[in-house]
Amino acid sequence: MIIKKSVGIVSYGTYLPHWAIALGEIEQVNGKEIGAVSKSLRVEQKTVPAADEDTATIAVAAAQQALERAQQASQRFSKSKISSLFIGSESHPYAVKPTGTMVAQALGLSEELAMADLQFACKAGTQGMQICASYVLSGFSEYGLAVGADTAQAEPGDALEYSAAAGGAAYIFGKNKLIAKLLATVSVATDTPDFWRRPGEVYPQHGGRFTGEPAYFYHVEQATRLLLAQTKLRPDQIDYCIFHTPNGKFPRRVAKKLGFTQKQLSSSLVVEKIGNTYAGAVPLALASVLDQASTGKKILVTAYGSGAGADSFLFETTPNLVQQRKKWKNLLADRLNSLESISYQEYSNLMKGRYH
Amino acid sequence: MNIFVAGRYSTKVGELWDLSLADLFVEAVNGVINQAELEPPQIEAVFVASKAAGEFNHQLHLNALVSQFFKHQPPAMRIEGACASGGLALIAAEQALLSGQYKTVLVVGAEKMTDVGANRATEILSMAASDDLERGSTFPGLYALLAERHMAEFGTTREQLSAVAVKNHRQALNNPLAQFHQEFNLEQVSCSPMIASPLRLLDCSPISDGAAAVILTSKKIKNKPRIIGFGHAQDSLDLAHRRTLTELVATKRATEQALAMAKLTPQEISLAEVHDCFTIAEIFAIEDLGFFKKGDGGRATLAGETAVGGKVVVNQSGGLKAFGHPIGATGIKQLVYVADQLEQDRCQYGLTHNVGGSGATAVVHILSKQ
Repeated sequence: MIIKKSVGIVSYGTYLPHWAIALGEIEQVNGKEIGAVSKSLRVEQKTVPAADEDTATIAVAAAQQALERAQQASQRFSKSKISSLFIGSESHPYAVKPTGTMVAQALGLSEELAMADLQFACKAGTQGMQICASYVLSGFSEYGLAVGADTAQAEPGDALEYSAAAGGAAYIFGKNKLIAKLLATVSVATDTPDFWRRPGEVYPQHGGRFTGEPAYFYHVEQATRLLLAQTKLRPDQIDYCIFHTPNGKFPRRVAKKLGFTQKQLSSSLVVEKIGNTYAGAVPLALASVLDQASTGKKILVTAYGSGAGADSFLFETTPNLVQQRKKWKNLLADRLNSLESISYQEYSNLMKGRYH
Repeated sequence: MNIFVAGRYSTKVGELWDLSLADLFVEAVNGVINQAELEPPQIEAVFVASKAAGEFNHQLHLNALVSQFFKHQPPAMRIEGACASGGLALIAAEQALLSGQYKTVLVVGAEKMTDVGANRATEILSMAASDDLERGSTFPGLYALLAERHMAEFGTTREQLSAVAVKNHRQALNNPLAQFHQEFNLEQVSCSPMIASPLRLLDCSPISDGAAAVILTSKKIKNKPRIIGFGHAQDSLDLAHRRTLTELVATKRATEQALAMAKLTPQEISLAEVHDCFTIAEIFAIEDLGFFKKGDGGRATLAGETAVGGKVVVNQSGGLKAFGHPIGATGIKQLVYVADQLEQDRCQYGLTHNVGGSGATAVVHILSKQ
């Protein structure tokens, strides 16, 4: 859908845990050739949440940075004007009891708040962004806060263990003083059971190779093609493209298939250094691009959620982004540079504490 | 012997996410009837091959599943012999024709393997090994033992194993139905991820969905390929009771039967579709079938003697390695491919070789142009 009214991103923030584990450590423990899985997935290391970190704490940390940046940019902005909050994750700390209420309280948001936790595998965060944009467009909210965050679960030894990571990003949507205008968005959804976790189960299950062609590729391609058709744009008219990053391989393959170059894609590939942050993945990849983009750049974003669906967005950066960014601290690249490596034993202890 | 291949059909082989087991059977049955230009009521009996539809798809009673596609519901039976299920269904059909009970029968095989994950598929496939003596083993593991023995005894090399995969992937480029259309070089195969030493990922045939069917008849039909020999032999289910680990005795015995029936020598056969579930299996096959002397299969493959233009073209279709290995269909799709080549006048005689387990069951067929 083409969006003619003014709506878009007012501010954003990110958060990554302090710890990371190199894939070589996991390969060694699982008896794989060192470098084999890492080379295939195109992921070097993945983040590991500390014992006291979960989706709620990650959401709070990312949102705090977004709020600080918004307040810094405009004295007219106040967090009390945020009247909608949507948090997308597949690792909400409670099965029943919202993450969002804890996050809202911790951030000191107004009690006049439309709020819900969202769940749609890895695209729950971007679905929250789309909902927030809609609330602003309809006039229901002056500002909306959308967060995608996860502390992804994987069974030791499962293929998921090589990439399941933690992190998140928060986006404040509004209609004035935008740093990136939302020009169009479209979503697709079909009943494609490629990845699931039933109530009571600790770890998700997946359909192996079924998660590829009929799931990720079909939906990402369909949503992206719809967006391009609706906006009447060709891939070469886009400055940056972002595709969901379950690993570093899939987004490269889908970008090539859709006619995008590696140059258009490369700024978004933080997955190589942080792993798959699930609902946090595309919000973090978008943050990586916004951390670098100059004025007037078109950014195409397609998130994928197993089950399955995809959300596509077209953003265009404004002079406000470049202007405001000069004062920002802790860009995503700074967070990547401060990651500290841990051994498999330390990682294993952290993971054990998480589930038992 | 008058058994003619009146019709033949193979589906595309691959990860066919949108097709169920029943869809695969329907496509193969409709396809073969159309190709044969027969009317469905002419099918007097049906032989259905599948290795593990119960485990893969929660569907047994496959004879009834296929028979009900026909208004006249012909008698049907399901035959299972691990990866040789397709070959055994052909043998059963041929015996029925030779007995004179039927004149025209349908043989159809299918496997829908991608409804389960890779771990479960490996577990299901391992049911073809001895549950008493080989529990916990996998087929890559068992064939790795055979490979190690062959390498130790004859000096077969890593490069020679890789040459099988390189050739079969290259030959599959000309087969539109093949699962893979991707070339690899020797180094890529030799450096692919380790599965069970010495076998690597690109030494192994894939997990595939697919179906194949033939209509066999004892009525003489002009310009249709003829089955002129078949053989079927067994060996111990487990590797521990084998006389030797450097040849598959069942293959040798089945080949002797088929050659005697066809009154041919291996040297008269110029096209062979052999059971290359692993690269080492093709080296065993071309030796045990008599194309090369024992221990010489690796050298011959690396020298190009089994590639198109060589002494005998082995797995021109891409074989199990690159055409794919939808287990119940495999023995039948080999026959479909060879019959196709014969009818197109590409050679005079062709052979198919289908193995169950680590060599406990072997089925060999020889076809002639007419």
